[in-house]
Amino acid sequence: MGRLSAENRQRAEAIVAVYPERRSALVPLCHLAQAQDGYLTEEAMEDIAKLCGVSPAEVRGTASFYDMLHTEPVGRYVFAICTNIACMLAGAYDVLGHAEERLGIHSGQTTPDGMFTIEEAECLAGCDRAVCVQVNHRFFGPVDEEGFDRLVEDLSAGRLDGTVPPHGVLNRVHRAVGLPARQPVSATISRNPQSAGAPPAGALAESAPSGDAVAKATPEQNPRKEKEGEAG
Amino acid sequence: MPDTTATTTTTTTTATPDTPEAPAKPETLAITLNGREVTAQPGELIIEAAERHGVFIPRFCYHPRMKPVGMCRMCLVEVSSPRGPSLQPACFVSVADGQEIETESPAARKAQEGVLEFLLVNHPLDCPVCDKGGECPLQDQAMSHGPGESRFIEEKRHWAKPIVLGPLTLLDRERCIQCARCTRFAEEIAGEPLIDFFSRGDAIEVATFPEKPFDSYFAGNTIQICPVGALTSVPYRFKSRPWDLEQVESTCTFCAVGCRVAVQSSAGKVVRFLGIDSGPVNQSWLCDRGRYGFEAVNARERLGQPLCRKDGELVPVSWNEALADVGRGIREAVSSQGPASVGIIGGARLPNEGQYAWSKLARAVIGTDNVDAQLGDGLPAELVVSLPQATIDEACHSKYVVVLAGDLREELPILHLRLRTAAAHHGLLVVDCSPVPTALAEVAAAVVPAKPGESAASVPDLVGSGGPLEGVDGSDVVVVLGRPSVSESADSVAAAAAAFVRALPGVRFLPALRRANVRGALDMGLAPGMLPGRVTLEAGRSWYESQWGSMPASAGLDTRAMLEAAAAGTMRVLVLLGADPLCDFPDRDLATRALERIPFLVAIGTLPTASAQLADVVLPAAGPTERGGTTTNIEGRVTHLAQKVVPPGVARQDWVIASEIAEQLGLDLGFDHLEGIWEEIEEVVPSHFGATVEAVYGPAGADGVVLPVSGVGLSLLPPGADPRRRLDPVATPGIDSVITQGAPMFAGFAEVPSGQVAESVAIEEAWAGVEPPALSADSVRTSGSSAPRPAPATFDPDRWPVPGAPVPDSYGFRLVARRFLYDQGALVQASPSLGKLAPRQRLHLRRKELQQLGIEDGGKVRVRSARGELIVPVELDESVPGGVAVLGFNLEPVDEPGLASIIDADEVAQTVRIETVED
Ligand code: SF4
Ligand code: SF4
Ligand code: FES
Ligand code: FES
Repeated sequence: MGRLSAENRQRAEAIVAVYPERRSALVPLCHLAQAQDGYLTEEAMEDIAKLCGVSPAEVRGTASFYDMLHTEPVGRYVFAICTNIACMLAGAYDVLGHAEERLGIHSGQTTPDGMFTIEEAECLAGCDRAVCVQVNHRFFGPVDEEGFDRLVEDLSAGRLDGTVPPHGVLNRVHRAVGLPARQPVSATISRNPQSAGAPPAGALAESAPSGDAVAKATPEQNPRKEKEGEAG
Repeated sequence: MPDTTATTTTTTTTATPDTPEAPAKPETLAITLNGREVTAQPGELIIEAAERHGVFIPRFCYHPRMKPVGMCRMCLVEVSSPRGPSLQPACFVSVADGQEIETESPAARKAQEGVLEFLLVNHPLDCPVCDKGGECPLQDQAMSHGPGESRFIEEKRHWAKPIVLGPLTLLDRERCIQCARCTRFAEEIAGEPLIDFFSRGDAIEVATFPEKPFDSYFAGNTIQICPVGALTSVPYRFKSRPWDLEQVESTCTFCAVGCRVAVQSSAGKVVRFLGIDSGPVNQSWLCDRGRYGFEAVNARERLGQPLCRKDGELVPVSWNEALADVGRGIREAVSSQGPASVGIIGGARLPNEGQYAWSKLARAVIGTDNVDAQLGDGLPAELVVSLPQATIDEACHSKYVVVLAGDLREELPILHLRLRTAAAHHGLLVVDCSPVPTALAEVAAAVVPAKPGESAASVPDLVGSGGPLEGVDGSDVVVVLGRPSVSESADSVAAAAAAFVRALPGVRFLPALRRANVRGALDMGLAPGMLPGRVTLEAGRSWYESQWGSMPASAGLDTRAMLEAAAAGTMRVLVLLGADPLCDFPDRDLATRALERIPFLVAIGTLPTASAQLADVVLPAAGPTERGGTTTNIEGRVTHLAQKVVPPGVARQDWVIASEIAEQLGLDLGFDHLEGIWEEIEEVVPSHFGATVEAVYGPAGADGVVLPVSGVGLSLLPPGADPRRRLDPVATPGIDSVITQGAPMFAGFAEVPSGQVAESVAIEEAWAGVEPPALSADSVRTSGSSAPRPAPATFDPDRWPVPGAPVPDSYGFRLVARRFLYDQGALVQASPSLGKLAPRQRLHLRRKELQQLGIEDGGKVRVRSARGELIVPVELDESVPGGVAVLGFNLEPVDEPGLASIIDADEVAQTVRIETVED
């Protein structure tokens, strides 16, 4: 992929138009590009730079500041394992160590088959279900070593496809409110092509596999995350 | 400060909205600084106010020429507030009336020590192998404001080094303290945000986007302002230590902006240039051409020995032999064909004193007026010296600046920087009407490209109804006037100037001429028909006859006419004063024929240029940093050039060479030392009257003298001001490891003798009440002559008619021959770092034209003009207007066919045909 697709470019322009300053759209556009390719390609960063009236170095500088934005290719599934205090007390480092052993990679790396990336994360605001793990920004927890293994198996088998969208997708429903009316994209609620057929966001919890499969790994919608990602 | 302002409320001004520019002299605020009652200006930052009162607050990210960011926290001081004293960054908080500031209280010290200890946590402390060691603000402030010892015993981070940020800029990430001076400079001042911070926390680093290097003409400034050794330059890296350096303040002579520099040498060799904060000129910045151009001075191929042609070979000879040869050649020419058979080309890079000596030698000794410092690529001397002149500051502070010139970033980089800063941050409205939008277009209020060759015709569009200058008061406009294209004739540009003067009475100009002292050369009469002092040969004849003895009978030839006469066989002697017509003259074919045909060719200069290879006698001259004297920049500002090192071999000063040749011809120019020449200039040259030796050769710390001297224009230091130069605005007091010669410089901080308080005063203010030197025709010191001192030429728009319209474009495209900062010119190529940065020749066209012609980007085309043809690759360039094709001037090595073989610089416009070529 690389460059922003025609559809995403149109959406990007609509997002830019929302802000009084072009460069304010920088982070939303980074999410848009990450949803397209799973990470921020150099080409996409160059596109964003043009759209926001900044230099590519400034786009990369901003993107690299945020843990949620990736400027290098990542696996299909990105595990963010929280090791902050609550999760650490609940055994986060055991889970992280186990994850590294199980997948044969270190935190920050991607498995050779391009399936999984592990990241060590600071508090994900899911302390009530420590150890908290995000997979492509979807919450699971509490997760222990076995729970992690099951997560890997379920993800590999595609059993969580309805729950865990491709990396970078924040919302399966694009927001329409706030975009200028003259922009064609605002006329309809468009669905991200990658998640076509997936149930609407609100139904995610119900559609999650239930029972033993993820006994200790219940998917959790975090309302705040949803809001943040709305522009994407 | 005057005590007129009460210590009561002074925060509101009385100016009503109706009178926004009421002459409100800013009221002063009263603050308490470390227990001392002092005054401050409203809006002034604490760090600035403290500095004026002799209190140094440590700092890293603060830079007086950039907006504050408050990033490093090194400047924390205790400031009173309604809720009690609190720690505030002094570089980010403005003074308030009644404020109490403690910069050395226990709390402030503790905060400063804490910040320093944190900064050192990840700092490698490899000072012994660091370029910055010995002149490092981090080192210095760790000693003066740090805890003295670190509690950090853990392993530090290790990173690969150095990282190549740009062609001449290297980064050691471990040393970086994240002050953001470099990234802010790139964004805020240069407008080229090619570097930025990446990542976060202890993983943070300065970096570029992949494949987009920090390729900026101004990159070297980031190295100068980096407060640690994180950024280093390829040319200076590991070359010297500060305590091995000697330095002297001088002026950069690589272009005509005339930036003030500290020339630093080690063991008799120049190793570094640093920018000096000269307010009216470069404000501490330099371009990389100027910063690294000194390499040409150290070049191995430098001429150090006179050469004479014997049996077809140039062989080393003694000065006596070479000078005798030159004398004989000139004498023979004069006696056989008259003085007009001798011509002198070049001299635009000489100091004023050398130019004056040559002007006098040509006119009074040889008797020829065939002198031209420009190579057919400049502007008419009479135009430049007579146009109403603006200074760089006046341009930046005016309402509008019209750019009708080549790309200033390529030709006069620091002028570009000053105008860009004024436009981007201070509301200057730039109207870019160069035929191809320049680098200023990005911040311009209007971009109205003139049609190549029709500059004058574009003026009505600018000032007429709907134009960007419609109804504008001429006194609000400064026009930067140069040759927008080498292939557009100077007459066309002169006609445009006349059109501006007619349409906008009161308009002023800034000539965009490139060669270092070209302005001085024109002032010194190194132009046919012009005598020193901005007077024409006719107007100045009787005066100069009374001063110099004799004058040529009639106006002489310009460079083109001299070359034509040489090619036709009517010229007998040509002297090249540093000029390299084979490379720099816009018609390479003519230059070749002329130099091959001329019976006697003398080349005087620093480098064995292509033209010098053809000479009969080659005389080695002292180069930049090896000669003293003065130089004149585009504003007409005369500044002092200091000699730092000795020339190679037996190379001599230009004025000495001129005097020696005069002696060979049996006459004495009457010079025995540099200041003596200036004394004569001040006395004889009408435009230079009042610019005394004291004003021009000193005092230390002054920014030169703008000519003609009129009252406060004589910018000597205001009474009581600190004459020392600020070299590094971050450095701490008392640390000055570089041995300074001549004008004193200090590494940073002006320590004011106790009891005496220096207020920052505008020069004009300080001079108020000081009587300007009386300047009138009768105050002339006539050296016993009764001839009246001639008046400088005045601008007469009718003198510059619009040249005939360009011939219909049967060839299809109008050609713009633009310049690049780095080209194949001898000076650039003699500098190893810069030479390889010269771009390759490309024909720039916009997409539509490429498609119409059916050419791929990067494909080769044949460019055909009435004079010749050239095969070049094309490059897609959307900034090029329709119907225009752009080539770079002087981008081909001198032995290859190039642009100079297909253009005619005397044509109003050059039209070309573009054809595809079969491979
Ligand atoms: S490289 Fe130097 S100037 Fe740039 S942020 Fe680091 S310390 Fe500051
Ligand atoms: S702008 Fe000109 S004078 Fe200034 S540093 Fe560059 S070359 Fe030297
Ligand atoms: S500590 Fe792990 S989610 Fe808060
Ligand atoms: S925060 Fe004031 S100098 Fe850096």
